[in-house]
Amino acid sequence: MDKTLNNKAWFLVLPVLVLVAFSAILPLMTVVNYAFNDTFGQNEFFWAGIDWFEEMVTSDRLHEALGRQILFSVIILAIEVPLGIFIALNMPKKGFWASFCLVLMALPLLIPFNVVGTIWQIFGRVDIGLLGHTLAAMGIDYNYTNDPIDAWITVIVMDVWHWTSLVALLCYAGLQSIPQAYYQAAKIDQATRWSVFRYIELPKMKGVLLIAVLLRFMDSFMIYTEPFVVTGGGPGNSTTFLSIDLAKMATGQFDLGPAAAFSIMYFLVILLISWVFYTVMTNLDREENR
Amino acid sequence: MSRITLSKLAHSYLANPTSDADFALKEMDHVWQDGGAYALLGASGCGKTTLLNIISGLVRPSQGRVLFGDTDVTDAATTERNIAQVFQFPVVYDTMTVRDNLAFPLRNRGMDAAYIAKRVGQIAQMIGMEDILSKKARGLTADAKQKISLGRGMVREDVNAILFDEPLTVIDPHMKWELRTQLKQLHREFGHTMIYVTHDQTEALTFAQKVVVMHEGRVVQMGTPEELFETPAHTFVGYFIGSPGMNLLDAEIAGSEARLQGVSVSLGAAYGPTTGRTQIGIRPDYVTVSDQGLPVTVRRVEDVGRHRIVRAEFAGQPLNAILPEGMTLPADPRVAFAAGKINVYANDWRIAPMGA
Repeated sequence: MDKTLNNKAWFLVLPVLVLVAFSAILPLMTVVNYAFNDTFGQNEFFWAGIDWFEEMVTSDRLHEALGRQILFSVIILAIEVPLGIFIALNMPKKGFWASFCLVLMALPLLIPFNVVGTIWQIFGRVDIGLLGHTLAAMGIDYNYTNDPIDAWITVIVMDVWHWTSLVALLCYAGLQSIPQAYYQAAKIDQATRWSVFRYIELPKMKGVLLIAVLLRFMDSFMIYTEPFVVTGGGPGNSTTFLSIDLAKMATGQFDLGPAAAFSIMYFLVILLISWVFYTVMTNLDREENR
Repeated sequence: MSRITLSKLAHSYLANPTSDADFALKEMDHVWQDGGAYALLGASGCGKTTLLNIISGLVRPSQGRVLFGDTDVTDAATTERNIAQVFQFPVVYDTMTVRDNLAFPLRNRGMDAAYIAKRVGQIAQMIGMEDILSKKARGLTADAKQKISLGRGMVREDVNAILFDEPLTVIDPHMKWELRTQLKQLHREFGHTMIYVTHDQTEALTFAQKVVVMHEGRVVQMGTPEELFETPAHTFVGYFIGSPGMNLLDAEIAGSEARLQGVSVSLGAAYGPTTGRTQIGIRPDYVTVSDQGLPVTVRRVEDVGRHRIVRAEFAGQPLNAILPEGMTLPADPRVAFAAGKINVYANDWRIAPMGA
C-alpha cells in the first residue's frame, strides 16, 4: 500500500507544541537566560558567561544542601520501599477488607502537600500537638524546632506516612497479577515463604517496583512543600533541602543568576540519576533474558 | 510412597451446600493402590481437578478424610504431604535457569549438591533439555516450559504420588506421544503412584493400567481399558469411551431377549426384571450391517481411513455401526448385534446378567 504524503498533518501537532512551549520550553529558556547574564532589573542584561555556574559549583552552601538532599532521598527510599512491599504482601487479596485497605492506603495520597505539612507541623508541636505533647509527657525530649535530629525524624516520618502507600499500592497491583498456579506450584515444590517471595513475588513485582523507586526518588529529590511548612528548612539550615535552598536564593534573596545556574544543574542531576537508574534496571532485565 | 485412600470424601465450593447439585464432588470412597498408574478421565468440569487438588492438599475437602497409607492427612498442608503435581499450564520460575528450576524441589528438601546434580542430569536427559540447562527459563516456548514443569514434578524420587493435571495440553502432538511413553517408562522404573487427569480417552487408555471415569462429580467406573470398553458401568462411560461412543436404545427386557419397538433381539444372557428407563448398549464395533436384522435408515457414512462409520437411525434413535474396509452398504441396510456384547442399563447404570 502506498502511504499518502500529507504534510498538513503536521499542523495537528501544533496545539501541543504551543502548549509545551509556553509551559516548559519558554520558562526554561528564561532560566537559561538568567543563568548566563546578570541583571539589575529594567530588563537590562549583562553577559556573565559561566560565572554563576563556577560560583555555584564551588559553593559550600550548595554542597551541604546536596548532601542533605541525597541523605534524605536514600533514607526515605530505604524505608518506604521495603515497608511498602511488606504492607502489600500482608494486605488481604479479596473481599471487603481488601477494598477497605485500598481506600485506607489511598487516603494519605489524597491530601494536598501543604496540608500534610500543616498536619505534621501541628501534630509535632510540644505545646498543642498530640504527638509532641504526648512525647513530652512521657519524658522524651522532643522538639523539632530546636533539635536538628528531631526535625529530621519528623520530616522523614511525615514523608513515610505520606508516600509509603504509593509504593504499597503499586506493589499490591503487581502481586495481584500473579496467577494462583504459581503459589500452588510453590507449595507442591515445598518452597519456603522466603523462596516464594524471592522467586515468584519479587520477579513479578520488578516492573512496578522500578516505577515506584523512580517516582519516589524524583519526588523526594525535589521535595519542597512539606518540610518547608513543618520546619521552614530549620533549625538553622539542617532541613534545608535543595529546592528549599533554591527558593530561598531566588525569591528570598533575589539572586536570580546563581539561582538559575543552580536550578539548571539541579535539573541535570535529576535527569542524570534517573537515566542511570533506568538504564541499570533495564539492563538487569536484559541480562536475565539471555 | 503409599496407598491413597479417600474416605466418604465430598467437596463443595459453597459455604453451605444444600442440594446434591451444590457439590463439585459427590460423596465417594476410593482407594488408589500404591504404585498404580491411574488415568482420571471425564468431561471438563466434572470435578477431576478438584479431586486432584484435594489429594495434593491445595483444596481442603468439605467432608471426609484423605489418608496416605494409614496416616490421616486431611488437615496436612501441601508442603507436608510430599507430593508432586503438574498443572495444565506451565509454571516455571522465570528468573531461574532451567537447571535451578529442576533442582528447586530438591533444594527445598535440603538434598546434597552431588545428588541434586545427578538427578537434574537424569531428568534433563529425559525431557531432552540437557543443552539448555544454563538458560533462563523465561525466554523459552510454552512447551519447553511445560517440559520443565513435568521435570520438576518428577525430580523427587521419594514422593507419595505424582499428579498430572492435563499436563500435555500445550505440548505439540509428536512430543506428546514421546513424553507419555517416558512417563510410562518412569512409572515402570520407579513405581510411583501416578494419577493422570485428562479428557482425552486415547491419552487415558494408553497411559494407565486403571482408568477412573468421572461424571458430574462422581466416580462412575474404575477399570482396565478393556473393562471400560466391553462393560461400561454407566451409559456415560459407554458414550465417552470409544469413537463413536456406545449405541443406546430404549428397550424392554424379558429374560434373555430385548424388545425394541416390537422387534426381538437376543441378549445372550438372562436378566431379571428391570425398573426405570431401560436401555441396551452396543458398541458400533459389534454392530454388523448386512441385509438381515433390524431395519435402519442410513443418514451418513464417514470414511475414517481404516474403516467407515455408518451413521444410521433405528426408530428415531441414532445408531452407529462400523463398516469394515471392503464391505459395501446393502441397498436395504439392516443391522445385527453380536449377542454377547450387549449391555443392559436401567436408569443409566449397568445391570449384571443373572448368574454372572
